[in-house]
Amino acid sequence: MHELALLVATRKGAWIYRSDVGRRRWQTDGPQFLGHIIRHLVLDPRDSRTLLAAAKTGHLGPTIFRSTDLGKSWSEASRPPAFPKARAGEVGRAVDHSFWLTPGHATEPGVWYAGTSPQALFRSEDGGVTWEGVAGFNDNPDYRDRLGGTQDGTPDGPKLHSLLVDPRDAAHLYLGMSGGGVHESRDAGQTWMPLIEGLEVVDGFDASQWAFHDPHCLVLCPSNPDRLYQQNHCGIYRIDRPSNQWRRVGRAMPAEVGDIGFPIITHPRDDRTAWVFPMDGTDVWPRTSPGGKPAAYITRDGGESWTRQDAGLPQNGAWWTVYRQAMANDVCDPVGIYFGTASGSLWMSADEGEQWSMIAQHLPPVYAVETAVLA
Amino acid sequence: MNVSIPSALQSYTGTSQVEASGMNLADLFATLDARYPGIRFRMIDEQDRFRRNMRCFVNGEQVFELGRPLSDWDEVIILQALSGG
Repeated sequence: MHELALLVATRKGAWIYRSDVGRRRWQTDGPQFLGHIIRHLVLDPRDSRTLLAAAKTGHLGPTIFRSTDLGKSWSEASRPPAFPKARAGEVGRAVDHSFWLTPGHATEPGVWYAGTSPQALFRSEDGGVTWEGVAGFNDNPDYRDRLGGTQDGTPDGPKLHSLLVDPRDAAHLYLGMSGGGVHESRDAGQTWMPLIEGLEVVDGFDASQWAFHDPHCLVLCPSNPDRLYQQNHCGIYRIDRPSNQWRRVGRAMPAEVGDIGFPIITHPRDDRTAWVFPMDGTDVWPRTSPGGKPAAYITRDGGESWTRQDAGLPQNGAWWTVYRQAMANDVCDPVGIYFGTASGSLWMSADEGEQWSMIAQHLPPVYAVETAVLA
Repeated sequence: MNVSIPSALQSYTGTSQVEASGMNLADLFATLDARYPGIRFRMIDEQDRFRRNMRCFVNGEQVFELGRPLSDWDEVIILQALSGG
């Protein structure tokens, strides 16, 4: 491994931070796309050169920008994710923004997936130049009828997120929807099944209905693809396939902190280890660090217990929000952990969360942080 | 005809004014998209609706329908409406 990059997507552009594997000094490249709303910036691990950025602006429609030289130059997708033109009498859907980008399986170079708002799934087979809707999802009448409208999603639109590809099987996919639950496909997206057993929903709603579920973020353990963790609107969960039953491991979190949050990440080599960044989910849902005291929490036993990690972070008066895509890990040993806040600061730990330090502050609201190994 | 391009779209055109023709707005936007690939979808969604913060005026009159006929001496102004920070 030669060099690491942090790919930081914000409400007003993108920044790329580079460091050697020592992770002590970071060189800044940015802003790129200043003024554009960048939801996700992702490097293709299959070639370590192709970057895709999900973009729009306050005025302009959504698009995908792509670079094949690590961001030195960019071109626009010739056919960004978009629904088909509706037939006469039908209500036409329009993509408001692309929210999530996932490179396809290692055996499928050039394949990417995109999740959009409103919730829909798109696939590219040419490295992000052209995109087609995944009909098995987007045109499934059951999904179309039950997904609800914009009022049923997050404040800036309902989202399809957490697109996961099983590293053992290119046709085995997972996704999450806010709202709309967790779903699984074993045939490359032609058919889907809900995966919601054991997940709780807001009091008064029927947990057997997938439309009432709100997973915030899903991760699949690279060292054990049968294990997934989930940060949900209603707690932290783990599942061990082939079981279809999620278990609320967040019950072991301190009661005064709770187990509500947006992001969750997992260790690249240890399926027992995961991190969350809790937020206040009480009352009117401030979604800020509980008590104004931000911290990550780590489990090293699959969620049976959780340990607070706040050394180096403000000890009070920090009312942070960390969005679902804004926490990431690298693959170094020890693992580096990174997160960005809605108030525009970027933090890291080079020792798996034991000690935190700030990389940058005064950025626009950070929407997503990804790590990448550069060639 | 003359078409005024807002600053947010000048990364496509390189200029604030372009000359283009079309029998109607749909035709004009198709011409612009052929010349400046991608520009149409930033203004008009896949259901042929102007995006929420985009406005189009023909000879000073706001237009909502892409079928609006055009002639060579019309003036088209594309604007980005004010929106939040």
